[in-house]
Amino acid sequence: MTRYRLPNRGRVDHARPVRFTFDGKSYTGLAGDTLASALLANGVHLMGRSFKYHRPRGPVSTGSDEPNALVGARRGPGRFEPNTRATIQELREGLEATSQNRWPSLAFDIGSVNDHLGSLFSAGFYYKTFMWPRAFWDRVYEPVIRNAAGLGVSPTEPDADTYASRFAHTDVLIVGAGPAGLAAALAAGRSGTAVMLVDENAEPGGALLSEPSVVIDGKPAWDWLATTVAELNALPNVTVMTRTTAIGYYHQNLVGLCQRLTDHLAAPPAGAPRERLWKVRAREVVLAQGALEKPLVFDGNDRPGVMLAGAAQTYLNRYGVRVGDRPAVVTAHDSAWHIAFDLAESGTRPAVIVDVRDTVDPALTDRAHALGIETLLGRTVTGTSGRLRVKSLRVNRMENGAVGAARDIACDAVLMCGGWTPCLHLFSHTQGKIDWDAGIQAYIPGATTEAVRIAGAGRGLWGIAAALEDGAAAGALAARDAGREAEAQPHTVTADRTGSGVTLTELPTDRNPAAAKAFIDFQNDVTAKDIRLAVREGMRSIEHVKRYTTNGMATDQGKMSNVNGLMIAADALGKRAPQVGLTTFRPPYTPTTFGAFAGYRQGATFEAMRKTPIDPWAEAHGAVFEPVALWRRARYFPKPGEDMHAAVARECRATRASLGIFDASTLGKIEVVGPDAVTFLERMYTNPWAKLGVGRCRYGLLLGEDGFIRDDGVIGRLAPDRFHVTTTTGGAARVLNMMEDYLQTEWPDLQVWLTSTTEQWATVALQGPNARKLLEPFVEGLDISAGAFPHMAVAECTVSGLPARLFRVSFTGELGFEVNVPARHGRALWERLWEAGRPYDITPYGTEAMHVMRAEKGYIIVGQDTDGTLTPDDAGLGWAIGKAKPDFVGKRSLTRPDMVAKGRKQLVGLLTDDPSVVLQEGAQIVADPTQPIPMTMLGHVTSAYRSDALGRSIAMAVVADGRARDGETLHVPMPEGVIAVKVVKSTAFHDPENARLSA
Amino acid sequence: MLLIRCPYCELELPELEFAYAGEAHIARPADPAGLSDEEWRDFLFIRSNPKGVHFERWRHVNGCARFFNAVRETVGDKFLATYRAGEPRPDVATLKGDAK
Repeated sequence: MTRYRLPNRGRVDHARPVRFTFDGKSYTGLAGDTLASALLANGVHLMGRSFKYHRPRGPVSTGSDEPNALVGARRGPGRFEPNTRATIQELREGLEATSQNRWPSLAFDIGSVNDHLGSLFSAGFYYKTFMWPRAFWDRVYEPVIRNAAGLGVSPTEPDADTYASRFAHTDVLIVGAGPAGLAAALAAGRSGTAVMLVDENAEPGGALLSEPSVVIDGKPAWDWLATTVAELNALPNVTVMTRTTAIGYYHQNLVGLCQRLTDHLAAPPAGAPRERLWKVRAREVVLAQGALEKPLVFDGNDRPGVMLAGAAQTYLNRYGVRVGDRPAVVTAHDSAWHIAFDLAESGTRPAVIVDVRDTVDPALTDRAHALGIETLLGRTVTGTSGRLRVKSLRVNRMENGAVGAARDIACDAVLMCGGWTPCLHLFSHTQGKIDWDAGIQAYIPGATTEAVRIAGAGRGLWGIAAALEDGAAAGALAARDAGREAEAQPHTVTADRTGSGVTLTELPTDRNPAAAKAFIDFQNDVTAKDIRLAVREGMRSIEHVKRYTTNGMATDQGKMSNVNGLMIAADALGKRAPQVGLTTFRPPYTPTTFGAFAGYRQGATFEAMRKTPIDPWAEAHGAVFEPVALWRRARYFPKPGEDMHAAVARECRATRASLGIFDASTLGKIEVVGPDAVTFLERMYTNPWAKLGVGRCRYGLLLGEDGFIRDDGVIGRLAPDRFHVTTTTGGAARVLNMMEDYLQTEWPDLQVWLTSTTEQWATVALQGPNARKLLEPFVEGLDISAGAFPHMAVAECTVSGLPARLFRVSFTGELGFEVNVPARHGRALWERLWEAGRPYDITPYGTEAMHVMRAEKGYIIVGQDTDGTLTPDDAGLGWAIGKAKPDFVGKRSLTRPDMVAKGRKQLVGLLTDDPSVVLQEGAQIVADPTQPIPMTMLGHVTSAYRSDALGRSIAMAVVADGRARDGETLHVPMPEGVIAVKVVKSTAFHDPENARLSA
Repeated sequence: MLLIRCPYCELELPELEFAYAGEAHIARPADPAGLSDEEWRDFLFIRSNPKGVHFERWRHVNGCARFFNAVRETVGDKFLATYRAGEPRPDVATLKGDAK
């Protein structure tokens, strides 16, 4: 038994010890503990150092609102999480936890010198202090500040865990399984409607877990809880999910849940996901999140041992842990008195109850005196002492609004309560209106924008009885709105602890307030003085005060700090709280792992990978692949000992000398069919189509309405009313979308049908002087001789017994064919051609050789040589425009003044003076490399390769007035030196007469 | 994630099935060549971008693939109505329930 653990108390399993380490030291806790409760049971309060001042800190709370006790939690390689709340991390056998933001050790931290330099680090210090010289920011200030301030360190290894995700639909989603949520679930669940009840804790119960003395429906609270949970679990229409945080509330009742599945397990099942992200669409939502306790704001309210009174109650009743031997209670609310009583009755008599109010319910003082606890009313607290643990509390009398004499009270814990504020976070996500309730001096939810009800303490109703009644009503109403008959059953409650309190700014002090460290936001080290300074320096909006001071911007999302910060800002501004307003809460409610958001989208399932029917052959033949859009394409086929350059040079050489074979299946294909198909293409593409004969192809150029090149591809006419349109590999879906858009919305009168056939056809390209010789014996029903089947012919025929669409086209400048067969036959066709091609030294080539060969011919690749700012004329494709056509998409834009102005960038060729130098794609081009920086950049290199056919490097580039610069020498400045290049206005480097193409 | 009613499928479906397609009721001019540069510029680039009720196009791209129109209130990000392409704009006052 550890020193601060009470035997047989709490919901922990006293028979099951759990061993763990903190900063390398071994401890023992109990099953059911959190890391925080187990450390407190061992007398350890010091769990972290603060963000900015490196002040020693211990846990302030027991839940997800914890700002201080952030640790790193580790479970072997690749399983490390920084900034885990010790109050949320359930204890598991072998847990390795480490403290953060300290060096060399938690107890002795060099960085705590910042605490003594506090005046340097006031609100806005980043903006004020490190203004100049500018160069110092990157090299000195930023690295030093980053090093000194901060939370945990990022993990260095890839996450070894997997994550899951799921959609769900339900009639009623209830967030929070405290008394209000449980009552709502009972009322809704008994009606038969589908209910999901979720809670971020390890078990349902909420406040009941901390208040076992309440009697509900004649049963002790924990018996009632067990009965209720059993009933809910037995209802087939009710799902109860624990360790499940509602992280965000989105449109139309979509709520995101993060369910923690394995972090609490000593040995997770193999392959089990660590977390699961749920997207739940609910007809009705009930928010039963309860209220958050606020700290009191006084000098030294952050020392280890100072915590929320409600937290001490939870440690005592739920975990059987005393937070000290001699705690002092400081409060502005009745609730903390009951906690003092619980402590006294369990054998730990508080040193004192200090209440800032002049009078309280005499029943409270009577009970305190009966338990032998000293009470001090109408007091203020002006300080604490103790370095790594609080040792004393300084209490002053208040006399007629003035701070009177001080008295030091020895203690080893301070339990503070600044009142309670409804948890409005999820409600705030919905853009729901938030109202100020002057009666309870708190913000409560107002008008809603969603089908949502807020029940219990979440709307300012204090006490178990009120929560049960309100929850039952909300659950019944939600079930009725979901179409069921439902009753709000009454619950009888005795020994309830309701109460009231006051809402304050920082407590008055007799000391210099400028020297006080009265914290509001513990995690970001924001003090009351920082808020007042921000207002003095001109911040008027609470949103500005928040950003200037960083109040509420830490990972706890201001759960503890927002209302205290607001009260002090309002006071400094001389306004009432509702006139100042609350800052907006945004998702996620608690920090959520990237893994949960990524879900299944990691590794091989990050995104879909499309493979062609010929892909397995390429893989078997050693292809190196590259991604092109979602496709995996063979980039080159290296032979043993070859690098990419050697392989590509060989593939190009073999193709131009004899025969290359290429998998072009990824080309986008759209079947355009119908009586108006030709009219449609006339309007969509720049080229003329009306006179294109059946059995002929044409290069098609597609513009946006803005006149810029969007896509290109060969289009073949198979019948008067049927076209086989090809697009770029990456552009297929975009082009179809654009065609559908015009067809459906601009020209719905046209009788045209569009079908994506990309994946229906496998496309095998045969390129090279021997292409016809290889193909001819395979073709039936078609004469493919040069005269009968010229360049840019298309026909339906049979190839190797397979139904085929045969194109005579070339993207290499060689005699070429593209054979389209039904996808399922693609590999068979490929393998037959491959076998038969051996006498011709048939060589498979990949996308890299394809790129080189097309660049040797000066053919553009849309998206590489164009970038959405090139017109057809800019790209040297003015010939592709049907001059006689009255209109096509983008035509009007081509005569806009900017589109015909001088100085536009035009696509040209570049030849380096040194033929062995290959330019870098993307490199900038200048006229005079000696001009002062920043230089005038004329354009950039779009494509650059080593060309085997030409025996030198070649490049394409867009250059201002490029064609007029034919023969001019320009320069490409690179880190290694300036490269001189000569402009050539034609990009057709190889066989410009197209003699080979027409062979 | 919004729920959007496809006026062709007549089903309310998750936003994941849809793609936004810009402001609605901007018809391509019948004779672009007859437009001045300024008129063509307005057609190409000038959009209303209102704070409030917006008429816009969506496509049920992962469903029936039809383009349709929608009325969306951009402050609360709520759909007031969806309707088929080619149908006239619905009356906003009626949709918002504040018609006199």
